[in-house]
Amino acid sequence: MPSVEILSRIQFAFTIAFHYIYPPLSIGLGLCLVIMEGLYLKTGLAVYKDITRFWIKIFALIFGIGVATGIVMEFEFGTNWATYSHYVGDIFGSALAAEGIFAFAMESAFLGVLLFGWNRVHKGVHYFSTCMVALGSIFSALWIVIANSWQQTPAGFRIEGHDLGARAVVTDFWAMVLNPSSVDRFSHVIIGAFLAGSFLVMSVGAWYILKQRAVTHAQAMFKVGLSVAVIAALLQLFTGHRSAHYVSKYQPAKLAAMEGHYDSSAVAPMYIVGWVDNKNEHTTGIKIPGGLSFLTHGSFSAPVEGLRATPKEDRPGAVNFVFQMYHMMITIGITLIGLTLLAVFLLWKKKLFQQRWLMVIFAWAVLLPQIANQVGWYAAEVGRQPWVVYKLLRTSDALSRKVTADQVMFSLILFTLVYVLLFTLFIYLLTRKIQHGPDISENAEIEYDGYYHDNITYHPTKL
Amino acid sequence: METILGLDLPTWWFLVIGGLITGYGVLDGFDLGAGALHLFFKKEESRRLVLNAIGPVWDGNEVWLVIAGGALFAGFPLVYGVLLSTFYIPFMLFLVALIFRAISIEFRSKEPWLWWRKMWDISYMVSSTGITLLLGLVLGNLIHGLPMNKDHEFTGNVLTFFNPYAILIAFTTLSLFMLHGSIYLVMKTENRLYTRLTIIVNNCSKFFILCFILTSMATLIYVPHMTHQFKSHPSLFLLPMLAVLIVLNIKRNVDARKYYTAFAYSCIITACLLILFAVGLYPNIVISTTDPAYSISIYAAASSVKSLKIMLLIAAIGTPMVVGYTTFLFWTFRGKVKLNEMSY
Repeated sequence: MPSVEILSRIQFAFTIAFHYIYPPLSIGLGLCLVIMEGLYLKTGLAVYKDITRFWIKIFALIFGIGVATGIVMEFEFGTNWATYSHYVGDIFGSALAAEGIFAFAMESAFLGVLLFGWNRVHKGVHYFSTCMVALGSIFSALWIVIANSWQQTPAGFRIEGHDLGARAVVTDFWAMVLNPSSVDRFSHVIIGAFLAGSFLVMSVGAWYILKQRAVTHAQAMFKVGLSVAVIAALLQLFTGHRSAHYVSKYQPAKLAAMEGHYDSSAVAPMYIVGWVDNKNEHTTGIKIPGGLSFLTHGSFSAPVEGLRATPKEDRPGAVNFVFQMYHMMITIGITLIGLTLLAVFLLWKKKLFQQRWLMVIFAWAVLLPQIANQVGWYAAEVGRQPWVVYKLLRTSDALSRKVTADQVMFSLILFTLVYVLLFTLFIYLLTRKIQHGPDISENAEIEYDGYYHDNITYHPTKL
Repeated sequence: METILGLDLPTWWFLVIGGLITGYGVLDGFDLGAGALHLFFKKEESRRLVLNAIGPVWDGNEVWLVIAGGALFAGFPLVYGVLLSTFYIPFMLFLVALIFRAISIEFRSKEPWLWWRKMWDISYMVSSTGITLLLGLVLGNLIHGLPMNKDHEFTGNVLTFFNPYAILIAFTTLSLFMLHGSIYLVMKTENRLYTRLTIIVNNCSKFFILCFILTSMATLIYVPHMTHQFKSHPSLFLLPMLAVLIVLNIKRNVDARKYYTAFAYSCIITACLLILFAVGLYPNIVISTTDPAYSISIYAAASSVKSLKIMLLIAAIGTPMVVGYTTFLFWTFRGKVKLNEMSY
């Protein structure tokens, strides 16, 4: 049987990767809902009401699974990584608790009004709730990224005790919160989430356009999605650059792994595609000579610290994996910029919705930001290895001492089965909702009456 | 050590976490209780009504668990790690049950097929019951104490958790939540479902009183360390007496069909029982049955003074906000539950 360490790492990686399908969608959809409902309140047009209500239902589905799989994450720190929990509790624990009390509580309470309050509260109150849910999900991301960033670039702490009793103790709360990578990583993550959500909206819109269904609605939602996506895609170039810059400064071994760069005395190229042979410490591929040198030092001829500067036991082992994931993320990022700019140009020329081939691409493009978000995190987290807290605590030392391989194997199998079921149901229900489409109001302009009435006819699919 | 209003920081933090767990018990308690009773309602419309009675609020209630977990992680990281890794299997089952409860509520009304709805109804009841029993089981073991060596390592196995006392506490928790949930439902429903619920409330109150008496006796006989604190501070004996009075009051109000008052009392009894537990435990959090000296006290487990102070400030700012949202939510969805097209 594999070791407790391997099993615990697989379990954590699996449960967090699965969880991370949902929060970016919620965050991005939240922003799109704020825009859609805002447009409805501003114009009073039924089309915006219909698409708002349609996307609220999909939001509920995504948010629900996000919450269910997110609670697992919180408790897994304690169950599988008890030593880690003790080591970072002072810091990581406070960020997590702050997330619960400042962000999650806000989201969940206003979610009740968002989902069930339509026609029950005044439209302004409903819109306020939508905004609070969207804002709450962004705050959630903020605290979680702060906690994770502290693991990458620890700051504002000192170490107390030693060996198994050692722990990091906060000395400066704001230095801990605003550690060197917090801001860059948060902006990168949140924009990745906006892309995930807006591409889902565009994907569904594009699919309706292809099927010639509810075309007015489809075009309206596509435009909302596109307006978010084009800004986000361009901003992502900037935040991506900022993130790479912090990595070069604070985690040079990670950056070296991302670009497969070994020799510290050499000028570092930037690869477009490539392959890393970690055994012979050699990288081949298509490259921009001196690209990484320019990125790091602003000069094409400056040497960049390579992997060999870090002792073998202190640098990531899966260099090729980190390299490939990082490059996949960048390739997708550039593709998204191209796609969204092209769509905006065609929209300006009033030819966008006639381009069937482009609508086919957009219908599938929902996968791209999802993949980029996933592989970006793989690169960031695997690139941090063998450390769980960078240069302070090794992943292998962070485990629960009393948990056995049998127990972790049991829970891993359990989660695999449950998550496969969950994902199947999610895809099935999402497809059903999309196929059902938005309920279309008969009048083009419709008033939100603001009063609760219980004589609404039952939805036909709900007995 | 630094004190605020005469209490030291770890004690403050012990109170905060106690308060959060109590908040979770009071709020999610009725959701879980309603879930545990779900299959006692036979008609489709009844099931939808009781599901939608908790529909807008259950997610907000579950947040208290998330906050309590975060607070334990931040305030007593040692205990967080020891507890969760010791109760590894029960907690994994607990997490899976939480997932199933969430998706049962969410997915049930998405398809009209009978088998689909039946499947999620069963899953909803089983997961709600399971969550409650597992919480009670962990609670029972914490009251009872765990075999632990001087490095705070658990020396038992999974079967150790299934001692008779812990099982009794698990069922007492279930009976309490079922009572709490049934009173909540009776407040939210009308007509025939209301009538049916009045009978269920009656039965639940009998079940709870039986469990309450058994637990009280078993605690006095088998868990003597829970009573030390009371012997050294005799004024604390008011608490268990208060608990008995509250239980009697629940019964009286249920019989008189004063359900709003009964609900207030069932909230108070949940808090009161957790306070009794906290008083008995203090200043320890995890009691070692191997040797009392190996127990983990709040002082050994606490985070740094600075961190505790920051967290208290965060709690002081955050708690009124959370109470505010929760009040707003409950106010928005006050009154009897009605079905509409947005309902589950």
